Amino acid sequence: MKKEIVVKEKASNQKEGKRGTKPHGLVPCLLLGVGVLFFLIMLVFPLAEVIYRSLKEGLEVYGAAIMAENTLSALKVTLIATIIAVLVNTFFGLCASWCLTKFDFRGKNILSTLIDIPFSVSPVIAGLAYLMVFGRMGWATPYVEKINEFLGTDIALVFSVPGVVLATIFVTFPFVSRELIPVMQAQGTAEEEAAVMLGAKGSTVFRKVTFPHIKWALLYGIILCAARAFGEFGAVYAVSKARGKTFTLPLEVDALYMAGSAESITQAFAVSSLLVLLSIIILVLKQIVEYRGKREL
Amino acid sequence: MAKKQKSKRVLPGFGLTMGISVAMFSLLIFIPLASILIYSFRMSFGEFLELITRSNVCQAFATSITCAFIASVINCIFGLILAWVLVRYNFPGKRLMDGMIELPFAIPTSVAGITLSKMYSDQGFFGSLLEKVGIKASYSKVGIVIALVFVGIPFVVRALQPVLEKLPESYEEASEILGASRFYTFRRVILPELTPALLAGFGLALARGIGEYGSVIYISGNSEREGTQMVSYVIMQKLNSGRVDHEGAAAIALVLLLISFLLLFIVNMVQVIAGRRTKR
Amino acid sequence: MRHGILKKVVAMGMSAVLLTGVLTGCGGGEKDNKEENDTISITNVSYDPTRELYAEYNKIFVEHYKKETGKTVEVTQSHGGSGSQARSVIEGNEADVVTLALAHDITLIEEAGMIKEGWLSEFEGNSSPYTSTITFLVRKGNEKGIKDWDDLVKEGVEVITPDPKSSGGACWNFLAAWYYADKKYNGDEESMKKFVSDLYKNVLVMDSGARGATTTFVENGQGDVLIAWENEALLSVQEHPDDYEMITPSISIKAEPSVAIVDENADKNGTQDVAKAYLEYLYSDEAQKLAGQNYYRPSNEEILKTFSDTFDLSVNMCTIDDFGGWDQAYKDFFDDDAIFDEIYSSTNE
Repeated sequence: MKKEIVVKEKASNQKEGKRGTKPHGLVPCLLLGVGVLFFLIMLVFPLAEVIYRSLKEGLEVYGAAIMAENTLSALKVTLIATIIAVLVNTFFGLCASWCLTKFDFRGKNILSTLIDIPFSVSPVIAGLAYLMVFGRMGWATPYVEKINEFLGTDIALVFSVPGVVLATIFVTFPFVSRELIPVMQAQGTAEEEAAVMLGAKGSTVFRKVTFPHIKWALLYGIILCAARAFGEFGAVYAVSKARGKTFTLPLEVDALYMAGSAESITQAFAVSSLLVLLSIIILVLKQIVEYRGKREL
Repeated sequence: MAKKQKSKRVLPGFGLTMGISVAMFSLLIFIPLASILIYSFRMSFGEFLELITRSNVCQAFATSITCAFIASVINCIFGLILAWVLVRYNFPGKRLMDGMIELPFAIPTSVAGITLSKMYSDQGFFGSLLEKVGIKASYSKVGIVIALVFVGIPFVVRALQPVLEKLPESYEEASEILGASRFYTFRRVILPELTPALLAGFGLALARGIGEYGSVIYISGNSEREGTQMVSYVIMQKLNSGRVDHEGAAAIALVLLLISFLLLFIVNMVQVIAGRRTKR
Repeated sequence: MRHGILKKVVAMGMSAVLLTGVLTGCGGGEKDNKEENDTISITNVSYDPTRELYAEYNKIFVEHYKKETGKTVEVTQSHGGSGSQARSVIEGNEADVVTLALAHDITLIEEAGMIKEGWLSEFEGNSSPYTSTITFLVRKGNEKGIKDWDDLVKEGVEVITPDPKSSGGACWNFLAAWYYADKKYNGDEESMKKFVSDLYKNVLVMDSGARGATTTFVENGQGDVLIAWENEALLSVQEHPDDYEMITPSISIKAEPSVAIVDENADKNGTQDVAKAYLEYLYSDEAQKLAGQNYYRPSNEEILKTFSDTFDLSVNMCTIDDFGGWDQAYKDFFDDDAIFDEIYSSTNE
């Protein structure tokens, strides 16, 4: 009974929230002004600067920079890393949020704190940590070599594409679970329990009862995860050194910028603008998801 | 309590999901991080203490923590305003603005750092303006704070937005009808509701800021003399200098990790306590 | 069993994830194998400013090797700060050859047991196919009248140089200044320390690497003078002839970037021969000319002379041997609590 009211209230608020009010009076206008100003200075101007500098030398240079072999290879690696990171983290996010929200157990709080660790770990440390496990002097390297020998493969876990993927997974690890947990918590367990009592199978319960509730949050988490995944620099930088082979777009930008000539700096900004474009696409997707998610509620 | 637990286990998949979550977490996050601990233990405790208490290391921790703290406070203030504006008001370009809040997540930190360092150097647009007021932005602590505000802002805004959306406007109206001033309404009615979310955003922005590397190295100037070296820079210095000091780097990294854990833990605790209070 | 299907779904998801991982892993592996069949692939781990040089050198080497042996080589380049590049090799970046900014960084790889002792004399001239020196880059007009090291300690001069504790190139800068002070004060250590201390008091921005410092000076317009490698300075002057000029001080240091085969990786990859050929060819006339065109001083005296209008050949240069070799120099100057820490922290006061 109580829950119903809450849900109703929430829905009506959301409608209100969407409509919003026109700001009138001194204080609201002031707040709006300050907010917009801060937004312009901190977010829009850096973005405008990137785009301006990328187009400074004309479209031809821009096109050449985007179509350069190294850029395309970097784009490929970035997409591979992002897709795998999203898959892995979605899978983890679903498992973790299911077990953290649908059950009570000792150490639940600790586990949910632990999951957030990658948020607060410096990317420098993340890269270092992987090198200390899988690097040449890392303790796990002899085992990896043995496995490789056994399988007849030659998979290197650092300074290679799999290394880039691992580092990307690390930094984006909690993104999906973080979006799912609050939603699943709010939803409670009553509906699922009822479904189970009525004899539904576990998979059916998830598909028919849980999933419809969480699908927008899930998508939202995936999008955030992807946005963060292709923008990662610090952790990936530690485990990827070969330009044109294992470089991701942010590393390519850094390499171009560090090449130092006026031309390569323009190219660096051109490649950055590609990243900005990717993020804008993703953010637009996010807006659509949010909008539809809210409408459905 | 026990009975309640049992009843909750009606749902399937506890063991499975728990197992998978813990396994993936250990494999991908915990084991690599634990290796840092193992590596730093290769030093004796005396050496460890000596390294950690070196003046440049202490200074770097002080710089990282204070700059990240200031940046997070700034982010809380402006993040609150931004979230408020985005939730409560209607104005052209609102959706665009809402969508762009996460830009700092998506822009590679190196690009952000390079761009910001140019914009805020005394040759850049904002830098020259600030220079006139006598503030040196790039290559000073101010520059570090600016970079950290940039990377931290989405954490605060995104933590606040959902809570603000749930907060009915009738609260304020009621309070105003009862004759409370705007400021009083904000302080006594709205702020308490927002505290847990604000703290969560603050904590995440702070933790992220303390360890930040990519966006900061270009703008900070990395001067030991002016105290603009961040901890992550000192770690890289240990690794890249002519000694390739993995143990030293791991030791400093360990302290940094402990600080982030502690922060995360405190934030979670405060959230739990604040959550209880508001429920009552 | 209620859990059955869920378990299956989860298992399928998990295997999908694993499969993707393995596929990408194998994808990479397969490609490498294929390349091994018809082409040989080597990796050259180098430092920042050599990008342009090696981009061109790799082209002529591939051609040369094809002509000599009929085999196709593919060279993968890796660039970054010299120290961090050396570290990446120790950590498992599979370099067949390293071409770094200073011998010390290669010694680090040797200490990790990856390069055989005696690499320094494996190739001519301390295994340095090209050298450079330390010069000043100033803004056009040279308003502060900077001519020599003396002028850098004057009040109001803003100097840009990278951090010697994290950049190999910056160590050369420091040693050149130290050598100048040595000559000026006839080895009186107190005055020498005072001199370099005053110099570093004037340092406005201390970047983490040489390239970062150049960017700070050129792109962001900071400081009056950049202490730079001659090749970097000449490159900036060539790119912006109206904005900068290069000043060669009376005394400098002969900066010797060294090259070596990383034996451990070359043996494993079976690339010893091609790695050796790759480094030897750096001494050929074509490659030496290429080095000169990229503003590195060719080690071949004859060819160096043909570039006499590019380089000031009259600079009085010391070498690292005047400091007892890199290991000694590093211990004396750049270790924790060594001279650099001493003079730099004293600039606090």
